[in-house]
Amino acid sequence: MDPIRTIRSRTVVMPRTNIDTDQIMPARFLTTTTREGLGRHLFADWRYDAAGRPLADFVLNRPESAGCAILVAGRNIGCGSSREHAPWGLADYGFRAVVSTEIADIFRNNCLKNGLVPVVVDEATHGWLVEHPGAEVTVDLERQALVLPDGRAVDFPIEAFARYCLLNGVDETGYLLSQEAAIRAYEARTGK
Amino acid sequence: MTTPTTLFEKLWSAHEVVPETADRPAVLYIDLHLTHEVTSPQAFAVLRSRGLRVRRLDRTVGTMDHSTPTVADELYGRVPIRLESAARQVREFERNCAEFGVELLGIEHPDRGIVHIIGPELGLTQPGKTIVCGDSHTSTHGAFGALAFGIGTTEVGHVMATQCLLQRKPRTLAVNVEGALAPGVTAKDLVLAIIQRLGVGGGTGSVLEYRGATIRGLSMDERMTVCNMSIEAGARAGLVAPDATTFEYLKGRPRAPAGGAWEAAVEGWRGLVTDPGARFDREIAVDAAALAPMITYGTNPGMSVALDQPVPARAGDEVHAKALEYMGLAGGQTMLGQPIQYVFIGSCTNARLSDLRAAAALLRGRRAARGVTLLVVPGSQRIKREAEREGLDRVFLDAGAEWRESGCSMCLGMNGDTVARGAYCVSTSNRNFEGRQGVGARTLLASPLTAAASAIEGRIADPRAFLS
Ligand code: SF4
Repeated sequence: MDPIRTIRSRTVVMPRTNIDTDQIMPARFLTTTTREGLGRHLFADWRYDAAGRPLADFVLNRPESAGCAILVAGRNIGCGSSREHAPWGLADYGFRAVVSTEIADIFRNNCLKNGLVPVVVDEATHGWLVEHPGAEVTVDLERQALVLPDGRAVDFPIEAFARYCLLNGVDETGYLLSQEAAIRAYEARTGK
Repeated sequence: MTTPTTLFEKLWSAHEVVPETADRPAVLYIDLHLTHEVTSPQAFAVLRSRGLRVRRLDRTVGTMDHSTPTVADELYGRVPIRLESAARQVREFERNCAEFGVELLGIEHPDRGIVHIIGPELGLTQPGKTIVCGDSHTSTHGAFGALAFGIGTTEVGHVMATQCLLQRKPRTLAVNVEGALAPGVTAKDLVLAIIQRLGVGGGTGSVLEYRGATIRGLSMDERMTVCNMSIEAGARAGLVAPDATTFEYLKGRPRAPAGGAWEAAVEGWRGLVTDPGARFDREIAVDAAALAPMITYGTNPGMSVALDQPVPARAGDEVHAKALEYMGLAGGQTMLGQPIQYVFIGSCTNARLSDLRAAAALLRGRRAARGVTLLVVPGSQRIKREAEREGLDRVFLDAGAEWRESGCSMCLGMNGDTVARGAYCVSTSNRNFEGRQGVGARTLLASPLTAAASAIEGRIADPRAFLS
């Protein structure tokens, strides 16, 4: 995975609360056996009509959304199914960070493993972002801060090891494999 | 004297390979990894590309449930699978399991079924274990006092390669339930009421422990229904402390300990309780006696109401308005009497034998109303056989239902079992998200009793009217 330090981009705003992973990636696209190419199915049922034509008023179909890498969503985004196809779709589409006041557990974990930075901010900051769609902001992972256009930096929490992995492009599988001795010791100790 | 600890803390500390620190999450040992065709292909691909094997084949079991057909001819290859992509996924899973040596309860296997149904049924699910699966409803297994939670596909790869996960310790939330459930009010109604109370994000970061006399009085099937939906409150997992009910359920199951090992296991399991005086990060109290049958009216499982109560209006709440618009419902209306077109009795929430018996008790000698498609999908092949031995299949067929092979089916519509656009479906499953049961489908979550009553009437009906 490539190291991530800062992400500077305009925002796409989807203020709905409780956007579940069935919306982010509907189940009928889960029969794929690879992680590639899911970006075109992202938010499929909100993005296209029954005939597969883009719906003009859906935010991702608006011209100003092109190239935006930061998604600002309502509270509790990513609830529901554990499907990693949701972050795969977001990342494949070009998103690099998801900002909300609350991000569901499994989805947040899955984001971290796919180079998507989960950014949890306070209500006031979130309110400002929702009212200013397209604002140019920076997710500064090193400072653990979201920098607003006026230069104000809002801190966000992120699990220390996940941050370390993102900053250094380290992959957790490798880290877990390096724990083999401890795992063996545990198995011996517990008779497992 | 040692400090009193919660059941969760006992389970957690018994599985710490390396405890967490400020900079490092814990390395947590996983006793049982259940895997299925949808969330594993990319994990097998990672193993292959890194030259890794599945570290503990004896702790890994696969089955197929999500994208498999429920029509026998399609399932058993007498006619081609309708969805080519689903067929490919099933074949790829068979190949992956064969290549890596993973035990597969595959298409033809008599023990195949929905992953969260077969784990307990076979006795693989046991108190004190850590259990994971690439599926959020892994919380079901917590009904046995196992720490069980859903993971993503990258983590599926972690467990395959190392039998471990990197985890931060969650918080604890006690859900104390007292009072007897009234006739016609089920474990499903109870958990819908709990989710309504907590909200769909209310359990985020927490492990719930369901406690109190009401929970102690529930059967294992009922406890599983409750724990199954913990994730719908956003919780990491749900737990019920094991007791005599648990042990009785497990005794004699094919994969449960046997002989002398059984006694020893039970001795160990008896200690899996929250000590008196142990502190939870948060507690809530629920009065089960005050509950009525529940049904959802919106587009997440927290949006539910008692059958005879009006749908909340919430003027000015745009999200609420959007959900009602999608559902074609209005604030202030009651759900009773709303015409429906489908009834789905199935899923890992409510497709166990006791659920089928409950629905059959109402449907016996009656028929589904005209214009209602009634689909009954048992949770496993074992349940299917037992139901057939009891003649429940005849009851359903005589009622005009379709009686299928086991699988997830219309719970998520991946296999082509879907609800038509705009149609209403009373479903015993766990999610009413937009499009969950098919593009534009309108899902109404309820108990098997409410589902059966509604099938008979062709509109949302109160099962209590059938019980007297
Ligand atoms: S029945 Fe539904 S909720 Fe349960 S595992 Fe299958 S798809 Fe998931």
